[in-house]
Parts: sequence; structure tokens; C-alpha cells
Amino acid sequence: MTENTVISKTTCYHCGDDCVNEQYIIDEKHFCCHGCKSVYEVLSANQLCSYYSYNDHPGATQASTDKRFDYLNEPGIISELIDYTDEHVTTVTFYIPNIHCSSCLWLLEQLNKINQAVHYCRVDFLKKQLNIRFDHHKLSLKQLVELLTNIGYEPLISLQDIIKKQNTPTGDKLVQKIAVAGFCFGNVMLLSFPDYFGLSSYEQTFGHFFGYLNILFTIPVVLYSSRDYFVSAWQNLRNKVLNIDFPLALGIAVLFIRSVTEVLVNHDPGFSDTLCGLVFFLLIGKLVQKKTYYHISFERDYRSFFPVAVHIIDNEVETPVSLSKLETGHRIIIRHNEIIPADAILLKGEAMVDFSFVTGEALPVQKTLGEIIYAGGRQTGEAIEMEVIKPVSQSYLTQLWNNEAFTRQQRDTSQTFNEKISKYFTVVLLIIAFGSLFFWMPTDLKRGLAAFTAVLIVACPCALALSTPFTMAAALSIFDKNQFYLKNTRVVEQMAAIDTIVMDKTGTITTGEGNTVKDNAALTEYEKQLVYSVCVNSIHPLSRMMCRYLGPREKQSVEKYEEVAGQGILATIDNHKVAIGNELLVLGKRSDSRNATKVLILIDDVYCGYFEFAHQYRNGLDKVTTLLKKYKLFLLSGDRDYEQQELLRFFKDPGAMQFDQSPQAKLDFISDLQQNRQKVMMIGDGLNDSGALKQSDIGVAVTDNVNNFTPGSDAILDGRSFNKLPAFLQFSKDAVKVIHISFLISLSYNLFGLSYAVTGKLSPLIAAILMPLSTATIIAFTTFSTHFIAKKRKLL
Amino acid sequence: MSIIYFLIGCSVTLALIFLGAFFWAQRSGQNDDLYTPSMRILLDDEQFEEEEK
Repeated sequence: MTENTVISKTTCYHCGDDCVNEQYIIDEKHFCCHGCKSVYEVLSANQLCSYYSYNDHPGATQASTDKRFDYLNEPGIISELIDYTDEHVTTVTFYIPNIHCSSCLWLLEQLNKINQAVHYCRVDFLKKQLNIRFDHHKLSLKQLVELLTNIGYEPLISLQDIIKKQNTPTGDKLVQKIAVAGFCFGNVMLLSFPDYFGLSSYEQTFGHFFGYLNILFTIPVVLYSSRDYFVSAWQNLRNKVLNIDFPLALGIAVLFIRSVTEVLVNHDPGFSDTLCGLVFFLLIGKLVQKKTYYHISFERDYRSFFPVAVHIIDNEVETPVSLSKLETGHRIIIRHNEIIPADAILLKGEAMVDFSFVTGEALPVQKTLGEIIYAGGRQTGEAIEMEVIKPVSQSYLTQLWNNEAFTRQQRDTSQTFNEKISKYFTVVLLIIAFGSLFFWMPTDLKRGLAAFTAVLIVACPCALALSTPFTMAAALSIFDKNQFYLKNTRVVEQMAAIDTIVMDKTGTITTGEGNTVKDNAALTEYEKQLVYSVCVNSIHPLSRMMCRYLGPREKQSVEKYEEVAGQGILATIDNHKVAIGNELLVLGKRSDSRNATKVLILIDDVYCGYFEFAHQYRNGLDKVTTLLKKYKLFLLSGDRDYEQQELLRFFKDPGAMQFDQSPQAKLDFISDLQQNRQKVMMIGDGLNDSGALKQSDIGVAVTDNVNNFTPGSDAILDGRSFNKLPAFLQFSKDAVKVIHISFLISLSYNLFGLSYAVTGKLSPLIAAILMPLSTATIIAFTTFSTHFIAKKRKLL
Repeated sequence: MSIIYFLIGCSVTLALIFLGAFFWAQRSGQNDDLYTPSMRILLDDEQFEEEEK
């Protein structure tokens, strides 16, 4: 076997990955793997090769596809997945993580070219969803999914799906309310203009007519568009809370009543224009605040981590069974890369279970026959048979998830700046309003009432109510551009208040690819073959990694073989004595450097060097750990402490690093910190962190692919942006500062208006100018300054 | 000048029709996906004839 495979620079025509060998060539196009090649074959057979003309390498790598969709024949599962069915057609919506470019869009909407049974397909690009209507007599759901998988677009099928939740309409109809408010605002402005310029005496009848019309237009705005403010204000009053909706609702009500009386009694123009404008802008602020990510789910539970179905063996026959029907005593079969869904006893096969997502342990664990394997592990290697001993809902992992602290609802401890300030704002506003009423009452009751209402109108905290949503929406979109996805706008403010950061190790500060092998051994090809032949007999994780590194080779028969537990292997092969292991075994002395795990090699008593297995840390970990100056930094790991020395370089203080932490211990650690009044940000990735993520003030889930399963959290950080974490934290603080300044700006507008209002001589024109002017200032200021700061922090 | 009453009546009716049209569009789901059509239009339409339903 030749070892010098030519590293050519050819890249896969389908996915753009480097082609390692020259095996997969068709039509003079190179492919990296069989999967990519077969996708091309399917497409070219159906004359769909324009797929490749819209974008270079539009596909995703198909290197590891080993999928079984038998469970999609089960009627119970089918009925859960589809949207609609009748005698002729079935409609189904799939979530396809792979959708990323115009080629995807084009190809997926051409499905009926490949199979005529597909009647209709529509892609929703942002939601990454594909809506398909097909003839289920000609094409089963399973075949449809296989068809999608064959062209490289495997749908993510999970019963606890985000699709259904998203597609149910939300109840509040905000857009409709804005439309009504905008419609009325426009018309009222049109009718109010003549008044701004003054009407001559013979045009007075027009003035009255315009006034009545304005009142008519205001009614739907008050009753329909601003209904939420009244409801919210009333509910908060009953709970004895003064939030910003109270002065807003009060302002709207006073504006309406005063406008009606002015028009009907005094035949004055009234404040209808101000009222409609106010409600219109407020609702827009609400809309801006409600930014949602369609393609990211923050609220996933264990059910979306587990597969939809599992194969059970009953009388030698394999049948797929929906996970909810899995019972104690079922014999299940788990193949390579499948997740074990329930606690079970191993009956057959060699189990190498990767628990990294559940426990944080980086290396796969070997299990012997008869041993209990907990749910959540991922089998690597051959298929295994197991007997379920606990139903899914009672497994260790599920119980962990259902732990009280884990399911705890949204914390209400943290108040946003807006909530804090609006309490005082309302009180001061009422004092000024009543003060001016009582001041004028003895002399002129009418003027007193005019002043009272004018204060409530002018001080209506419209600009204040808008400053937070607009700043936060701008901040959110900047985070979004940097692959940091926050659940909602509140998180920005919570992030600014953070003083302690706790990090998980495996998967969080190390990359998902796991370990890298550093080859410090000068081995000849022959020696490599010897080492490989020895290591292949061992199931120790390090031996496995050596084998993977040295690549598949011819195996030589081993004459003598002895594995020394915890040290290494001694073997005789082809008349050579080979020792592979740690320093104690190979060189006979204790190792003093514990920077990384080393495997030393001795052949015929000649030391040949060593292989070093180091975890690869994320780019920018050194940058992130400079936060040490401003924040308290901790590391919690479920792994053992063999990397402690190496990590000390980053974390300085050995006390800040805790190893061998169970999920519960991590949670307790966070709550201990919180007992000391520290605001904690937890950064983690796996299920073992999920408790800590929930408990912390902000939980950030790190992932290399945002479509992957992540535990429930407040924010999701793409691993590539990990190095920007210090900038993110700084930026959140700046955003809060912007809110403070815009509060001051809106306050100064209010003071200016109040100086007119307390005298009782507020003219509708001043109100109509002041309100939109302050709103426009706030919107412009928050948006521009947020972008300016983002540029300064190099986030744009 | 009484023509103004008629003109305002016309303009309000027209505006109401637009508002109604917007409500109808919203209800029938035309505004659900505002992004994908912008990409779809850039793709060549040689093979698109039987696509529409």
C-alpha cells in the first residue's frame, strides 16, 4: 500500500471539501466521497445540473450518511409529522438545516423533475423549511425523505418539532394593529394640516367637519390598536406594579377624552394627530422588539436530542418503534453513530460509547456485556443489542432534565432599566400633573384641568418606551451578524450586568473535532505498520486514536501481546519487541510534564519518539481569558484533570478550575456564586451543562453548527465567534449606555413640553410637533450610535 | 368648496379599500415569507413553467 498519497489541491465539485483520493471521478469532476458523487449522479440523471451553476460547491459534504428511515412507515409516526392528508394528496413541512444558498432553493423546488408524485414544493429560506404536497399513493413519506436525503438535503425529523410551533399564528395580530394605526394616522394628519396653517372664518365649517372625522378615525386606534396597553396597564395595576404601560395608557386615554371634548364642546381641533402618531410609533417599537430567529430554537428539550424511533428486535424481526412506545424489556439495536435513548443493559456487541455531550468526557467509554449504559451516549463502532431497563421518561438523563432547577421558569429577578425607571417616572408624572391641577384649581378650574391633561399628554413616555426596543433591536442584529444569537432583547441588558463567567471545557473551549495528534516520532513506514498492528488489538481510546491517525494499513500478526492497565502495551511482532505507552512503561520513569497525554514508542529497545494527544482549544481562547482582568473566570469540566497544566496558561489560578464535575455539581457551583450576589454567565455546550445554563443569569450555548441540538439557553454562540466574546460583553455595556443617554434625551424633551403644559396653554400644534420630533430623535440616535459603537468594537 | 366633502369621501373610501386589501393579504399568508421570493426571482425560469400551481 502506498503511503504517499498525493495531496492534490482538487476540491469536491459538490461540497468544496478537499479531495483526499482520486477514487471518485465522474464526467471529469472530482468528488471527495461516494455520497457527494451519488448526489451528482442523481442530479445529472435528471438534468438538474444547473444546481452547480448558481453557486460554486453548493452542496454539503455527504461523507457520512448512514441513515435508516424505516420508522417512517409507521402510521403513528407519519400522522405526527404530516400537516394534512386526504385520499389523493399529503402535505408535509420539513425542516432542512442544509438550506443555505440559491442553489438549494432552486433544486428543492424542482423535486417533481426527479419524482412526478411531488405536486408542489415551496422553500421558506429563512425558516429553512420545505413545504411539499405529494401523492402518497405513488410516493410514501419514507421514499420522499430518502429522495431528499439522496440529493443531499436530509430533513431533520424530530417529534418535538419547532416547525409546528412556529407555524401556529401568534395571537396578538401586531401587524394588523399597526396597519390600522398607520391608516388612521395618515388620514388624521391629512385632515389636521389645514388647521396647522390656520382656517379663515368662512372655512370654519370645514374645521368642524375635519374635527368630527378625526374623532371617527381615532376610535379604532384607541379601541383596537392600543388595546394591549390598557390591558397590560390594568393587569399590572392589579398586581401592584407600575410599569411603563401605565403612563402610556393614561396618556392615550387622556388624549382621547380631551380631543373628544375639545371637538364636541369647544369646536377646537383636538389632539387626534398626536394620539394616532403616538400609538403608531409605539406599536412599531413593539414590532422591532419582537425579532425572532426562525431557524434557531432556544427551547428544546431532551426529546429533540433523541431520535424519533428506535429499532427493536422481536422474534428475530427488527421493527421500528416510536420512542414513546419503548418499554422496559424491549431489546433494542443501536448502530454506529446512533444515540442510546433509554437506560439499557448491553447484551451483544462491543460498545464504545461517546458520552461527551452528556458528561463532558472527551474520550469514548468502553462498556462490557451486562453493564448498564445510560441514555444519551452515542455508540461508535459496531451495532450493539441492548435490553431497556427503564422507559425513556425515567432514564437518568431525562430525570436530570426534569430536575426542578432545570425546568424552573424564566427568572424574574432581573429588571430591565426601563422597568426600573418607569416606576419613578410614573410617580413623578402624577405628582406634577396633580400639582398643576391643584395650583390652578382655586383660580381657574378649567385651566387647571387643561394643565392636568396637558401634562399627562406631553409627558407620555413615548420616546422612553422606544429607546430600549430600538437600541436592543440594533444591538441584536449586530450580534446576529457576528453569529451570536440572543433569545430576546432582555438578554443584552442582562449581559451588561455580568461580573462572573463560568466555562465548560469539552466542546466549549475545545473544538468539537476533539483531539489532535502531534507526531513527534520519526517512524519509518515499516515501523508505523508495526505500531498500527499492535494498537489495533487494543480498545483503549488512545490506541484507537493512534490507529485512526496511522490510517488503515495491513495488519501483521502479533506473536506476544500484553496490555498493562493504565500504562500501555508490550508486544512482540515480526521478531521485534515493541513497547507503546506512557513514560513509566517505556522509559521506566514517572512523567514530569503533564501538559498533554503522550504515547511513547520503543522498538527493540530504541526510543523512537512519541505521539502527543492535545486537545485543540478554540481560536481566541487566549483573548477570552484576558477577561480575567475585569471578570471572575471559572472553568468547570466533567472531564478528568489531565489538562490542568495546559489550561493554567489561560486561567492562571488553579483554584478557578474544577474538574470531575457532575451536572448537579455544576449547577450548585453556579448557585453558590449567585448566593454571593454575583451575576453569572455560563458558557457550555452539552446536556451536562444544561442545568448550569438554566441556573445562571445568562446561559450561552456554544455550538459549531447552529442547527445542531443545543441545550436550552438564553443565547447561542457559533464556535467561530468565540474569540469575539470580550467584544460582545463590552458592546452590551455600550448598548446599555446608549439607552441611558437616550433616556436623558427623551427626558429633556419632556421637560421642555412640561414647561408649556403646566401653564395649561399647550396648543395641539406644539404637541403634534414635539411628539414625532422626540420619537425621530430617539430612533435616529439609538440606531446610529449603536452602529457606531459596533464599528468601534470591530463587530461590523 | 363643498366639493371637498366629496373628495374626502373618495380618498377615505380608497384608503379603506387599501386597508382591506392589506388585511386580506395578511390573512392569506402573502406576507409570511418575505425573503425567499427575492431569491427565487434571480433563478433562471427555463424550467419553471410547470412549477406554479
